[in-house]
Amino acid sequence: MPSSLLWAVDVYGRVYSLSTAGQQWEHCRDAHLEFKRVTAVQQCCWSIACDHNIYLYVHASEVPIRYQEETYENQRWNPVDGFSDRLLPSDRWQWSDITGLKHQPLGDFQLPSENWEWEADWYIDENFGGEPTEKGGWTYAIDFPATYTKDKKWNSCVRRRRWIRYRRYKAQDTWVKIPSEQTESLPDPFNDITCGGWEITEEPRGCLALWAVSLQGKVRTQFFIQSCRGSVWEEVPVPGEVVQISCGPGDLVWAVLWEGHLLVREGVGRDCLKGSSWVTVESPSPGVGVVHVAVGVNVVWAVTKDHKVWFRRGVNSHNPCGSGWIGMVGEMVMINVGLSDQVWAIGFEDRAVYFRQGVTASELSGKAWKVVSVPRDSERSHSSASASSLQSAGCFFGGEVRLQSQASMLSDADAETERAGGEVVPTPEIGDAPKPRIPKVTSDSFISELVSDREGQISRRDVPPAGPSIPEEDHPEKELEDRASPAQVLSPSQSGGVDPQWSNVDLEEAQTHLTSGPGGDAAETSSLSSVATYNLALEEPYGLDEPPKWAWVSGGGCLVECHTQLNWFNSSTSTALNSSMQAMSLSITPAQTAAWRKQIFEQLSERSKREMENFMHYEQAIEQSVWVKKGTMQWWRDWKPHKWVDVQFALEQFSGVEGNKDGILFIYYTFNDEKKYLHMFINEVTILVPVLNDSKHTFAIYTAERTKQRWPMRLAAATELEMHDWLALLSVSCCDSRGIQGPPSKQAIWSVTCKGDIFVSEPTKELEASPYPTPCAQMFWRQVGGHLRIIESNSLGVVWGIGYDHTAWVHTGGYGGGFFQGLASSTDNIYTQTDVKSVYIYENQRWNPVTGYTNRGLPTDRYMWSNASGLKECTKNNTKPPSPNWTWVSDWTIDYAVPGGTDREGWQYAADFPASYHGNKTLKDFVRRRRWARKCKLTTTGPWQEVPPIPLSDITILPCGPKSTVEQVSLWAISNKGDILCRLDTSQTPGSSWLHVGTDQPFKSISIGAVHQVWAIAKDGSAFYRGSVSAQNPAGDCWYHIPSPTGQKLKQVSVGRTSVYTVDENGNLWYRHGVTPSYPQGSSWEHISNNVRKVSVGPLDQVWVIADKVQGSHSLSCGTVCRRLGVLPMEPKGHSWDYGIGGGWDHITVRGNAMEAPRIVMPSLTDNQTATRPLQTSNQPEMNGNPVGC
Amino acid sequence: MADDKDVLRDVWFGRIPACFTLSPEETTEREAEPYYLLLPRVSYLTLVTDKVKKHFLRVMKTEDVEEMWFEYEGTPLKWHYPIGVLFDLHASNTALPWNVTVHFKNFPERDLLHCSSNSVIEAHFMSCIKEADALKHKSQVINDMQKKDHKQLWMGLQNDKFDQFWAMNRKLMEYPTEEGGFRYIPFRIYQTTSDRPFIQKLFRPVSPEGHTLTLGDLLKELFPAAICAEDEPKRFQVMIHGIEPLLETPIQWLSEHLSHPDNFLHISIIPAPSD
Repeated sequence: MPSSLLWAVDVYGRVYSLSTAGQQWEHCRDAHLEFKRVTAVQQCCWSIACDHNIYLYVHASEVPIRYQEETYENQRWNPVDGFSDRLLPSDRWQWSDITGLKHQPLGDFQLPSENWEWEADWYIDENFGGEPTEKGGWTYAIDFPATYTKDKKWNSCVRRRRWIRYRRYKAQDTWVKIPSEQTESLPDPFNDITCGGWEITEEPRGCLALWAVSLQGKVRTQFFIQSCRGSVWEEVPVPGEVVQISCGPGDLVWAVLWEGHLLVREGVGRDCLKGSSWVTVESPSPGVGVVHVAVGVNVVWAVTKDHKVWFRRGVNSHNPCGSGWIGMVGEMVMINVGLSDQVWAIGFEDRAVYFRQGVTASELSGKAWKVVSVPRDSERSHSSASASSLQSAGCFFGGEVRLQSQASMLSDADAETERAGGEVVPTPEIGDAPKPRIPKVTSDSFISELVSDREGQISRRDVPPAGPSIPEEDHPEKELEDRASPAQVLSPSQSGGVDPQWSNVDLEEAQTHLTSGPGGDAAETSSLSSVATYNLALEEPYGLDEPPKWAWVSGGGCLVECHTQLNWFNSSTSTALNSSMQAMSLSITPAQTAAWRKQIFEQLSERSKREMENFMHYEQAIEQSVWVKKGTMQWWRDWKPHKWVDVQFALEQFSGVEGNKDGILFIYYTFNDEKKYLHMFINEVTILVPVLNDSKHTFAIYTAERTKQRWPMRLAAATELEMHDWLALLSVSCCDSRGIQGPPSKQAIWSVTCKGDIFVSEPTKELEASPYPTPCAQMFWRQVGGHLRIIESNSLGVVWGIGYDHTAWVHTGGYGGGFFQGLASSTDNIYTQTDVKSVYIYENQRWNPVTGYTNRGLPTDRYMWSNASGLKECTKNNTKPPSPNWTWVSDWTIDYAVPGGTDREGWQYAADFPASYHGNKTLKDFVRRRRWARKCKLTTTGPWQEVPPIPLSDITILPCGPKSTVEQVSLWAISNKGDILCRLDTSQTPGSSWLHVGTDQPFKSISIGAVHQVWAIAKDGSAFYRGSVSAQNPAGDCWYHIPSPTGQKLKQVSVGRTSVYTVDENGNLWYRHGVTPSYPQGSSWEHISNNVRKVSVGPLDQVWVIADKVQGSHSLSCGTVCRRLGVLPMEPKGHSWDYGIGGGWDHITVRGNAMEAPRIVMPSLTDNQTATRPLQTSNQPEMNGNPVGC
Repeated sequence: MADDKDVLRDVWFGRIPACFTLSPEETTEREAEPYYLLLPRVSYLTLVTDKVKKHFLRVMKTEDVEEMWFEYEGTPLKWHYPIGVLFDLHASNTALPWNVTVHFKNFPERDLLHCSSNSVIEAHFMSCIKEADALKHKSQVINDMQKKDHKQLWMGLQNDKFDQFWAMNRKLMEYPTEEGGFRYIPFRIYQTTSDRPFIQKLFRPVSPEGHTLTLGDLLKELFPAAICAEDEPKRFQVMIHGIEPLLETPIQWLSEHLSHPDNFLHISIIPAPSD
């Protein structure tokens, strides 16, 4: 989980951020101004400062924010000059936009503000729809406007070419003032701002909506396609004076009126970001107006004038108004809803930041308020020296918090005296809303009052009946007492911090009491109790704890999920968690932990040596015997009619002759009242594949023979748990029988199924032997926990994966995870992994002359709600997540990003089912369909660690030789937006950050070869070669456009030692001819095969593919692992295919396998070949290439 | 570094070479040869000595044979302690093999429990596991298991099947992550110097403040004498499975990795050798 930031403003207007991975508030020092509002999203944060201007803070990212400016140069042919810029009077401008209507010469382009810089000078775009053009980049047509072609014809009278230039946003990690364009005579500065709406459009992190309220109560809005490049403020008429506004990531926009009612914006949608109308919602309690509202995707929270917190029931995008209010506990002054509908608030009494615990998709209102108690960085510095001396990891965290308290008192006292006159932010007041209760006193007594207040609330939990009966008169004395003995007051604050798990009822009680006055002897009770449990002597030196007082919080950029570990709460649970993490993962004090662990390992092996070494000839007390595990299962009968039959299933394990374990599987069934059985030797099993679907918990067992026949043994267990138990047991048994244990080797071949399951196989030397390699049907695959879409490796053991949600993961070196527990899994390098993907269903309609398009189809038609093929009925209600491990995380939404395009309502039209669909309705169309998407999420475990922050869509790792001593490995990747990235990792640690490699267009596939040949495929299907990449110049210098095979759009590329292979969108596999050291781009494409989905070329130029339509396969035909036979240094194309495991496979990488085959065959020849073909990248740009950028 | 699971294997496959000699008090028909055997540390004496019994019965008359029992240097060996504990407690720091004397007469009723059959051992073993789970999970895990699962644990021990045993036992070793460990650590502290059979108290793996507790913390509370100041000579050895873990070792980790199959952490405290 990458860390993200929670933003907050304290009562003095200082802006702080708190990282989800951090334990302290970081002061945003850049801001010399005071701020009053912040609203954050993941990539940036907006604020209103005390000068009433809007400021923007954009987080620095490894991928810069770029904007492409373009203009067209137009020319016409005349007999005298040939093509020239002398156009006809009726023609367009010589320099124009793409339509020709707007005059835009190069010189007219200005940077929009000083926060932008030009990336380079103007240059000509020589890429025309994926095809390289002739030098000069001209495209020809008969006349303006017309269809342009890249070839000049006899009738080409006009031509044009595109000039492009990039500008880059440079003001990152700093607050930048957004100039306000005041058009009115009287200035009406902003008073509140909120940012959201990025989930309405499907573009990743698409359009941002910014809503703001002016001091006069007017609402304005503007929209951003990319952050930093907005439209202009547009006023939205409101029926009243608005004081505050909140918009969520989706289509919810709520505002608070001066009178205390709420406004809800209706009609906000993809086509109308602004919405259409306001609807009024009454305040939850009559007579007490709302002062604050906060909305998320499916929630609305509000705070009324009496500081009560309310939760709105039944809010969603179909019903933005919701159905009713529910009163919640806690007294807050403001509230904020962040990502995944998590809630933050600022307490009324203590001005602390609270986090709503337990907010999940099923329980949006959460469970309890939990105070975020971490120090601020200014305070931390005082204590760092002593903190570092604390050795025990267990008390590390607690110690930190205690230490800071002293410092915080000091620094805040200073600050308060300094600012005593000015007193806080000149908050433009929100109607007659209660002013935030800002302390006017700076004495210790106030602070202790705050502390004891909080204690009162918390301790009341322990003694609820005693609480309310406390006489109020007690409290002045109590205050005196506090002042007299600050240390005594402190200790309760420690105990209070330990466990503020307020149950709802108690808090309410405590609150009502507290409003009448700070809890008197409650503090005393708690201080007593804490004296009893804590060593006072230890606490005393650290003095009073003055918690920071906050004014505003924004969690819009802060991603917290149920499994996220937050270190923000100094409660016993979180520290206990810490320590258990420490015990499990050794992450906190590795050195110290390693000492005891090492001692145990050493002593145990010493003991074994001492007690056993000289006595191995003794008889064993227990003779080894056979162990049998039995169970009942269902078996998919091998013969017709195929059906599930109940069987007895038994695994018999025994020790083989040489002590290795082996086993036999038995399936006992009844056929014609006769008891029969069939068996399978464990050492012949090649793979166990879980085939989770919604109806049965099934798995498939393959042997080499069954792989060839494409007919696995299919079994179904009664429950998922039982299936996982069996799979884990069988897997261990198979590994034992083959002597495989521990983590995958560096040479391992990795593959991923279409369900995201990960398998790994240990290659033997014979696997690449020639001419008779081990058939790949005999490869043994074992499963590794986790869920990935793509996996790439190299022979130094660097393994990266990419999830369906584009998250990048790196292999930790462990094994197991997922349902492999206990012995089948390593323990200290398994982490939580999540993935999100979409499930699609189609809504189909047929046109009839009377009613137009309706959901009444012909009797022969497909289901009106179906899957893509139309063969299976899939309604919104009956469609379940892919397996029980997945849960829905969104509602059904129309998917507009469908190949072929859609109309405004998402429909695609066709003449009939099934046919090719297009996005606009024509007269010939009689049917239409639209795609609905719903996101679901998986949480599992595996030996994978997330590599934030950039989501990726493809990755490639420099392949290395078998004995390579390369220290730094080049990695190239493509971000989910198509940016090309590059980095250097060492084989041990994924260390450095990404370097952005500029391109003119988005990319989709990339591969690097053994001598740094980098090839990439753009989203438009064209191929590019990166020039001058070497170990010394890992990013290279320019792109060469390589023409695609005629009429084909390329999809994927893989580069081995010398071979370059690509796959196009029609499933053709192409080999690049004529690649030589001096001419690394090669000369032409040669067709090798069809029905190929993916290719992986290894460091020995091995060619492996995922193929479709493999002969002999049944329903699982698509996605079979195949290996090219006959690949030799002189014959890199090979001659035929060898079929391995499948179907249902989606990805394979053999780039880790650099194990040379045993050199029995023609050793001298092989040697000569490799010797005569050393491939080195030439540093000279090639003339025949097509450099398109730099 | 090796994986934590290797510890489980090392613990399970720990063996003590033993030399069984028939007590001279026994009447035999001819001279009895000593019998040599590798004893699993985690098992029970009476469970693994069928061969010993068979061996000595060959030289004895049936009427001279009563219940078999074992003794080491005058101390009767309690079969219901794991073999490793008996060895660490009575015979560590002595020369190997371990010389155990076999008796068939004069059963020391005061010191030993009778063990008429393996089902007695099974009952003892299962009751230990249940007690341990009561401490660890309020018996929730063991009660959720089926009869056959209990049998699997026992059969695993009886037949020395590591995988079979651990396939089930891992469930007993799980705990909710947010709690940081078991509810209480099932442990027993044995000592030779006292008449008390063993010390056993409620002890949590995590302090109320959230600190991970260590072996040292446990001893500080229950056997402070075992912790010596830096300048003092070491008075006691704290032995678990024949090794002396560092006092900083987290007690939860020890419980997960160095417990016997009965799920208890058996800690032997013996006087440090004087030399």
